[in-house]
Amino acid sequence: MNTEEIFLIGKKLWQHILNGVTKILPFFIFIVVVFPLQAAVVNVSKQDKISSIKQAIAIALPGDTVIIHGGVYKEKNIVINKKLTLLGKNNPVLDGENKYEILTIKDVAGAVVSGITFQFSGFSSLKDLAAIKVIDSRQILISNNTILNTHFAIFIASSDNFRIEGNQIRGTPGDDEQSTGNGIHLWKNSYATIVNNRITGHRDGIYFEFVQHSTISNNYCKNNIRYGLHFMFSNNDEYIKNTFEENGAGVAVMFSHHIHMYSNHFMNNQGASTYGLLLKEINDGIIKDNVFEQNTIGIYLEGTNRIDVINNQFIRNGYALRIQASCNNNNVHSNNFFENTFDVATNGSLVLNNFNGNYWDKYDGYDLKHDGVGDVPYRPISLFSMVIENIPVASIFLRSFVVFLLDQSEKIIPSITPENLVDNTPLMKPVKM
Amino acid sequence: MNKIVKYVMIDILKSKVVLTYLLFLIIICFSIFNLDDNTTKGILSLLNIILFIVPLISLIYSTIYIFNSGEFIELLVAQPISRKKLITSIYAAVSLSLVTAFILGTGIPILIYSPDKTGFLFIITGALLTLIFTSLAFLGSVITRDKAKGIGMAIFIWLFFSILYDGILLLIMFQFNDYPIEKLLMVLSSFNPVDISRILILIHTDYSALMGYSGALFKEFLGSQKGSVVIFIILIAWVIIPAIAAIRKFIRKDF
Amino acid sequence: MIEIKSINKRFGKLHVLKDVSVQIKKSNSVALLGPNASGKTTFIKCLLGMLIPDSGQIEINNQSIMGDYKYRNMIGYMPQIGRYPQNMTIEQVFDMILEIRKTSLSGADTELIDAFGLRSLFSKRMGTLSGGTTQKVSACLAFLFSPEIIILDEPTAGLDPLSSEILKEKIKQERIKGKIILITSHILSELDELVSEIMYLREGSLVFHSSIEELQNRTGEKSVSKVITSILKTPYE
Repeated sequence: MNTEEIFLIGKKLWQHILNGVTKILPFFIFIVVVFPLQAAVVNVSKQDKISSIKQAIAIALPGDTVIIHGGVYKEKNIVINKKLTLLGKNNPVLDGENKYEILTIKDVAGAVVSGITFQFSGFSSLKDLAAIKVIDSRQILISNNTILNTHFAIFIASSDNFRIEGNQIRGTPGDDEQSTGNGIHLWKNSYATIVNNRITGHRDGIYFEFVQHSTISNNYCKNNIRYGLHFMFSNNDEYIKNTFEENGAGVAVMFSHHIHMYSNHFMNNQGASTYGLLLKEINDGIIKDNVFEQNTIGIYLEGTNRIDVINNQFIRNGYALRIQASCNNNNVHSNNFFENTFDVATNGSLVLNNFNGNYWDKYDGYDLKHDGVGDVPYRPISLFSMVIENIPVASIFLRSFVVFLLDQSEKIIPSITPENLVDNTPLMKPVKM
Repeated sequence: MNKIVKYVMIDILKSKVVLTYLLFLIIICFSIFNLDDNTTKGILSLLNIILFIVPLISLIYSTIYIFNSGEFIELLVAQPISRKKLITSIYAAVSLSLVTAFILGTGIPILIYSPDKTGFLFIITGALLTLIFTSLAFLGSVITRDKAKGIGMAIFIWLFFSILYDGILLLIMFQFNDYPIEKLLMVLSSFNPVDISRILILIHTDYSALMGYSGALFKEFLGSQKGSVVIFIILIAWVIIPAIAAIRKFIRKDF
Repeated sequence: MIEIKSINKRFGKLHVLKDVSVQIKKSNSVALLGPNASGKTTFIKCLLGMLIPDSGQIEINNQSIMGDYKYRNMIGYMPQIGRYPQNMTIEQVFDMILEIRKTSLSGADTELIDAFGLRSLFSKRMGTLSGGTTQKVSACLAFLFSPEIIILDEPTAGLDPLSSEILKEKIKQERIKGKIILITSHILSELDELVSEIMYLREGSLVFHSSIEELQNRTGEKSVSKVITSILKTPYE
């Protein structure tokens, strides 16, 4: 073979290859570039082909990501029924036009909703319309969303193992509790984690009903018209390092057991029947390292058994503790009581709770043994608080000289205040915290 | 300045009682503000002391002063000077010196530690209480001729408004607490200048909010703008009515 | 002219002045006499407005004194026991009264002050003065403004004889000037040259009020003391 022949063969072969490549290329590109794009990410944008979220969800396959770009999307009742990641980019706004539920996740495992603003969900007294509703799902993540002026913000039912993190939730309260929904509403769930959210202007900031084994931490609930956090029939949960400020009442824990309450801050929850923390029909919980500051009532205990109240600070509350006669075997010790109008109030004469080993700033006993424990017992209940208990209008005598005289005489000869509500080992110095 | 006011003022300053009172107030205020890290609480601790001391000092001092100036008054009623002018001048001088002592004695510490609305309200209320109990002291000492009786009366007035009145209200409250007596009790307590001053200060601190239902009750009743106006009208009436009664009595008094 | 029309004064149950009516004309000097507790001082205090009569009228120069105080500009008054603010000095008392009367010491009648030698005591506090010195201050104050009416309640009681004489001289002088003078005294003998009329009160009632001449004529006695004792022996009609 001469060189020319070889060249010709080579040229043909090359053309052949080129021909083949150009024929395959579209497929190749499709496979290498377009197929993964089509399969993994669906972009939704007002300017693009796919301009509706519903459309994008329809196209997307399980495991895909739908990126919603900036703009206002007025779509009613968006439903996610497969494993999708919904990401907001450049602040997309999903608007419910005050009529519809905005987003529903139903029977899905592993969906994510993140970085999206939701606003104006509908209001219905029959259905609990929400910005984001999750039903019968698992491993859901709802993070960094902004939810404004909705009835319910996040509503999760019959789901487990989900996480709600870093959402900003601001509602506008209606005329009453009935016309206002909860910020984060959980019903029949377990293993939920609620972290770093900020919830204002709702009925309850966070509402738990039949929720087990869940954690609420580092949230901030302010100006909610009923409770900052509300437990009903929820057991084995914990809430840690949250702040509850200026709510109708800070936290209400009702008909539940084994709730751990650590390191929260309850402040400025003030009003006619307002508490920092309301405990009703509660058993076996721990309240530790919390600060109760300037609440009408720091902790209100009713039908509460076997609760440990340890290492808390009660500062400038109207009543630090109001412990009803229906409470048994609660343990109040190593707490600091500063500048409360009344340290403890109760409505009965029989007290079956233990108040030993606290620091009371009103204690004026002495410590001759120098063991840091006062030698004289302290009675944290004043006669006047018993009077106010029965006759509220008596508070017009608050800080009057007559009341001072009454309280002093009662201190010397206790006759009305419960005899066994007493701290036998009052501390001389505040507990260091 | 009116010459009688001038003479009485000089006389009061010479005796140093009012100066001692001023110093006493300053020391008390500073020590309370220094003890309490929270100034609202400082104001409240101060409130208790003031509600107790201001009426007592105003009553006793004014009464003793009037009886001790018996000679001065007797000398002047035979002079060409109207009795009304004489008694009002003495009243003006006594109340002015007591009020000045109060305002300086509590005002300076409050200005330093708690220069806010509550502090201001506190000074106003204290000044009004001073005037009220000076008026009552004048009335008491114009009515009585005997110094011992006069001082006895002053102490009774003080006991009455500081303790007895509230004691009676408490009794009423206990006796009739099955009936809706809230309004009645509030109205009755607002007739006592000591009670109304205490309530006025309390509802203007965040204190009442902490009192729950009943706090809300009397905040609603007395805490409004209108409520404050009514309280001040009552306080001013307590200044004016006994003062006028004392003047009228003095004009017809025999020497 | 002082005109008193049926004044009554009660202190509780005690009826101190009973329907007393008196007229004192200009240039008359009247001795107001009577036993203890006969109402002399009460009468004077009514004139001064220090006591307010229960009923009746008091007019000075045809003007009612009720509710008035300016008329007291016309009156100099020396009380029986002068009570003064203990802390004030003599000078301050004078200054104060002068200020009230809107004059100064230079424009005032200081004859008595000089005669009693009070200037050297000016800086003394009233509380430290003896009864006599206090009386001197009272006397000086009564004459200080050359008043038209001079009322002296037991003027010489507590004064030493020399000061008594000085005061009597002063009264005589003022009488000559035509002032109305009203004196109460227990020492009848010292009234001889001082008065032209005698008013006698007993248990609050005016027993008589007549000129010395008339009384002298009626009793045939010369001195005031004799006249009075004689009258009191025989019932007066």
